[in-house]
Amino acid sequence: MIPQSAEAAPQGNSRAAAQSHFRTLRPGTPFQPRIDALALKNDWYDWAGYRAPHSLWDEELEYFAIRSQAALFDISPMTKYRIEGPDAEAYLDRVTLRDVTRLKPGRVHYTAWCDDEGFVLDDGTLFRLSPTRFRLCSQERHLPWLLDSAFRFDVTVEEETEAIAGLALQGPTSSAILRDAGFAGVERLKVFDLAAFDHDGASVVISRTGFTGDLGYELFVPAGKALGLWDRLMVAGAPRGIRAIGYTALNRARLEAGLIVANADFTTSEHAIRADRTRMPDEIGLGFMVDPEKGNFNGRRAILEARAGRKLRHVLVGLEIEGNIPAEHAIVYHKKSQEVGLVSAAMWSPMAKRNIAIASLARPYGDTIVDDLWVEIYAMRELQYQKLMKRAKVVPRPFIKLDRRTASPPADF
Amino acid sequence: MKAWDAIVIGGGHNGLVNACYLQRAGLDVLVVEKNEWVGGAATSRELTPGFLYSNCSYVCSLFRPEIMRDLELPRFGLQVISYEGGAVFTRDGDYLANYRDHHAHRREFARFSRRDAEAYDRYSRDVTRQCRFIQPLLMRTAPDPTSFRPRDLGELLYLGRKFAGLSAEEMALTLRFWTMSISDFLDEYFETDVIKANFALSGIIGTALGPMSPGTAYVLLHHYMGEVDGSVGAWGYARGGMGAVTRALAASFRASGGTIRTGAEVDHVLVRNGKARGVVLAGGEEIPGKLVVSNADVKRTFLKLVEEKELPDIFLRRVRNFKIRGSSGKVNIALDSLPEFPALPKDSPVYRGDMHFTDSMERMERAYDDWKAGRWSADPFLDMVIPTTLDPTMAPPGKHFMSCFVQYAPPKVNGRDWTDADRDGFAESVISQIAEYSPGFRDRIVHMEVRTPRELEAEVGLTEGNIFQGELTFDQLLFNRPVPGYAQYRSPVGGLYMCGSSTHPGGGVMGAPGRNAAVEILRDLAKSTSHMSPAHDVI
Repeated sequence: MIPQSAEAAPQGNSRAAAQSHFRTLRPGTPFQPRIDALALKNDWYDWAGYRAPHSLWDEELEYFAIRSQAALFDISPMTKYRIEGPDAEAYLDRVTLRDVTRLKPGRVHYTAWCDDEGFVLDDGTLFRLSPTRFRLCSQERHLPWLLDSAFRFDVTVEEETEAIAGLALQGPTSSAILRDAGFAGVERLKVFDLAAFDHDGASVVISRTGFTGDLGYELFVPAGKALGLWDRLMVAGAPRGIRAIGYTALNRARLEAGLIVANADFTTSEHAIRADRTRMPDEIGLGFMVDPEKGNFNGRRAILEARAGRKLRHVLVGLEIEGNIPAEHAIVYHKKSQEVGLVSAAMWSPMAKRNIAIASLARPYGDTIVDDLWVEIYAMRELQYQKLMKRAKVVPRPFIKLDRRTASPPADF
Repeated sequence: MKAWDAIVIGGGHNGLVNACYLQRAGLDVLVVEKNEWVGGAATSRELTPGFLYSNCSYVCSLFRPEIMRDLELPRFGLQVISYEGGAVFTRDGDYLANYRDHHAHRREFARFSRRDAEAYDRYSRDVTRQCRFIQPLLMRTAPDPTSFRPRDLGELLYLGRKFAGLSAEEMALTLRFWTMSISDFLDEYFETDVIKANFALSGIIGTALGPMSPGTAYVLLHHYMGEVDGSVGAWGYARGGMGAVTRALAASFRASGGTIRTGAEVDHVLVRNGKARGVVLAGGEEIPGKLVVSNADVKRTFLKLVEEKELPDIFLRRVRNFKIRGSSGKVNIALDSLPEFPALPKDSPVYRGDMHFTDSMERMERAYDDWKAGRWSADPFLDMVIPTTLDPTMAPPGKHFMSCFVQYAPPKVNGRDWTDADRDGFAESVISQIAEYSPGFRDRIVHMEVRTPRELEAEVGLTEGNIFQGELTFDQLLFNRPVPGYAQYRSPVGGLYMCGSSTHPGGGVMGAPGRNAAVEILRDLAKSTSHMSPAHDVI
């Protein structure tokens, strides 16, 4: 005997229609037809459940496309939330670390948000599209946290990852390409500015932002208009050397820019199985975001207590390492003997001509004790580890500073 | 007459694990089993030609890999295969699936609630943290909190340190987890009824409690702390049915020189001067032994196999009050073809996982209401698997074996014993539920075995048909399992030990009670335990 259903029938057939996702475990993004055509290497990885390219044709040449001409990178898998309402500003000011009242419409800022214990849930970019409308982009997913935090705020929070496609156009010729593509006035955007432009009867939001430390832009467009936008950029960009790229190249550029990646350079609080892996903003180089003057925000009390009680246990630093062998995931030592931390990302920087790394160290190392630091590199060479003990120096990030990133108006190359 | 070094009563998985370890320590061990076959609740039986039935336990995850390795079970044929998620069918003709792939899982949940789809990460983090806290305790003898022996103090200290190592938030969660209802616990993470029902099932399986009863959150944990080859929380099928576990154990035991006597039901344990001296079989045959280990549950052992006069009153009272309430039954079915579920796409991996029909917390709780009233559930909760979708050894090609775990079924119907008519009515409640979702299901049935608590007690020997040999509630765990003062596998009778699921860390085909009991016995005999692997690291 089965009781009569107390629940409504499936809404229309949309719920049932969505069943078939199990047949496509790594779906593509709205740009996939174009990317597939260019993916000469078929070298894919899983980015938040999407099929994304590690590399399309040559990861080194893809990197140089970023630094010499313009590189087009699909950022659609990034998690996106639309946050709207009369209280949107107050709400985001409560949820995130930075002062959102100082983020004017038409501006973007890099921010982070914490749980009540002051541990970082994620970092991301906050776009202020209008006085009452924002877009929050992040690596991980946070809908329950964002909805629960909206209690008593007149605000709606909607997840729009699939509805909105995104592209990063990065490199010295990126501004000229956008201008040539007909986005008139794009050259007036200063770093962290955004504006809406017409595209095929819809609106594309272009911001002067990026993950490369270079001149660059990010474009957000409704998914249905994605392919037209891609084609528009590729046609306009051909004379200026536009190339599509994969993540490996972008990851090199971001490391030179000294930028961190959630769950690569630090573990986000909701994913930390081991409680000691969580990090406060000051422990991953994001202390500058914390604004104790702005009023209450999630994690404020815990962060301020940790600061006052000197309970911050870790510090994230940039390292410059002797030689040219990348020190990825190497252990960091003090005086070649005491283990004090771990390198989370490392490379030889073509732009800086230095061997660079991002590392997390246990304080006071990297904080007040910065001398006599070493990394032990295990370099596998033809089935043998070449073990190298190399001196490491704490240096400021970013590792490279390019004038063209901030020049206004930007040059054509 | 020859006196065995040890006699193990009952050839279930824990009895055999215990016997294997003792035999390998150099003891001369005899296992006596009342049935003509070994296996206890982990058996594969050919009840109709060509079909092997996992007719009691039916899936594998908790069985400790350390034991599989120590006892060389792969060499003796044991293979465990992970299976593929599963689903809850909903009454509106849809289903909610559990997929192994993280993102498919999220997309599936998002069909019902975008919010709950993104709540899974935090839920999974918290449950995993709790599992990691408990896992290392499985392969350790629970400390006696009243004892000042260095070992007990050491174990208490270990527990204390582990607990103190938790953050304030985790400590609070741990205490809540061990005492909360699964319904309240899931409310902390999810909003959607069918999603909660999907998770809640692990909190009630084998337990005479409803999803709204305190204590059921821990039962969920108990089902999450297993693994298949390092994949924590995964469940699998033993290839050849659950009897493959005990068949491999029996072969390993014999290969190391052990002796098994089947068809040998123990009438009572021979006690002289407060010390166990052997067993007396139902036919009157006396078998001398220097020590006796009981794989039977604590009630069967001390209320049926040992004379009352040998036991202290307070111990007896606690054993009588030990909660071992029957709550479930089994319907095992041979099918001449794979059933179809119109709600499921034909190529769905759900066919290779576990399927359920209880799509709301209220239905689950109502099913429990029937149990409280002394009836089997009119709308039962089923945990249904078709292992032959992954295991070719259990049925002829194209044909299938289906195992339905059924809850709730009371140990007595309206206060009287089960009758054959009751059993048939119970079976009909199951078949009619499946047929609602699978037209033509009845026509595919070749043969069926129905086991109510009556059959589970009579055939397997589980008191009241309780699959865990006693409820996994916090009052009956750790140093309180089975009863306070006797949580270290020993009993008031010298030389009489317990090794079944009534003891720490409890039920499920885990083997840990059998192993831990062997450690204690060998310690009493001052014998080496170097042939026993320590628990795998949890790092």
